[in-house]
Amino acid sequence: MAGEPTAESIALLDKLVAALKRRGVMTEEDIQARVASADRASPETGARMVARAWTDPAYRELLLRDGSAAAEAMGVRMAGNPPLGVLEDKPDLHHLVVCTLCSCYPRAVLGYPPHWYKSVAYRARAVREPRAVLAEFGTALPAGVKIRVVDSTADYRWMVLPLRPAGTEGWAEDRLAALVTRDHLVGVSLPALQGATQAA
Amino acid sequence: MTEVPLKHDLGGSPRFRCTPVEPDDDAPPNDFDKRVDAVRSVLRDKKLFTVDEMRLNIERLHETEYFGLTYYEKWLRSVVAVMVAKGVVTWEDLA
Repeated sequence: MAGEPTAESIALLDKLVAALKRRGVMTEEDIQARVASADRASPETGARMVARAWTDPAYRELLLRDGSAAAEAMGVRMAGNPPLGVLEDKPDLHHLVVCTLCSCYPRAVLGYPPHWYKSVAYRARAVREPRAVLAEFGTALPAGVKIRVVDSTADYRWMVLPLRPAGTEGWAEDRLAALVTRDHLVGVSLPALQGATQAA
Repeated sequence: MTEVPLKHDLGGSPRFRCTPVEPDDDAPPNDFDKRVDAVRSVLRDKKLFTVDEMRLNIERLHETEYFGLTYYEKWLRSVVAVMVAKGVVTWEDLA
């Protein structure tokens, strides 16, 4: 749920942090360093991984075999994070990621999760009626494309490797990465060229 | 006995069948949210807090709190419960 914390919650956090500092568990610098690190994580990292996989077959193989190693190869610190798996879309198979039990999300490569990902509606409905949920994001899969919904868990996080849009032959990695958004990496929409239809 | 899914087990739940997903609900986390996440992350790396402990103590919240608190308020409640249970802080610290 989005929204502002209550005054009670703000006071509770202040007291907890004060006690943790007093007892030598952490310093304000520790906290600020984590905030800065979390702020740096963004879907641009996942987008760069996808663009590289589209252009570099060896990296693609690594990404699909060991997502955590592929993230580390892009300079992402994965220590302390659950393993990352990557789901390869095919012309006749689309992947959608949800966490039905909580809100597990590969923060190291996608940044903070959006509110809708954590919402009860998304968690409840993505597995029951994924095409209806996709429609709410403006996404209609071409006829004949199967959909596989994958549950991220506390122990294993997932990201989607979407299909490279047609018409991008010969594009450099940076230009390809700019096509890829967070929503593509979760699977609620598909990368496409500006002005092209999603089914193209 | 009929098995009733636990409140956090939302996959396929009919309760929210007619609730639309709001794709534009995309505000970045506020300072409180970021600070809770940062404290959790420091505690994780100090081996004082696991993701399973976090989940268990969110799932244990009363349904009113589970559906009423904001996302990071629930995280905070969970961090507090675990830190008190482990004796890292006391309820007196938090009073």
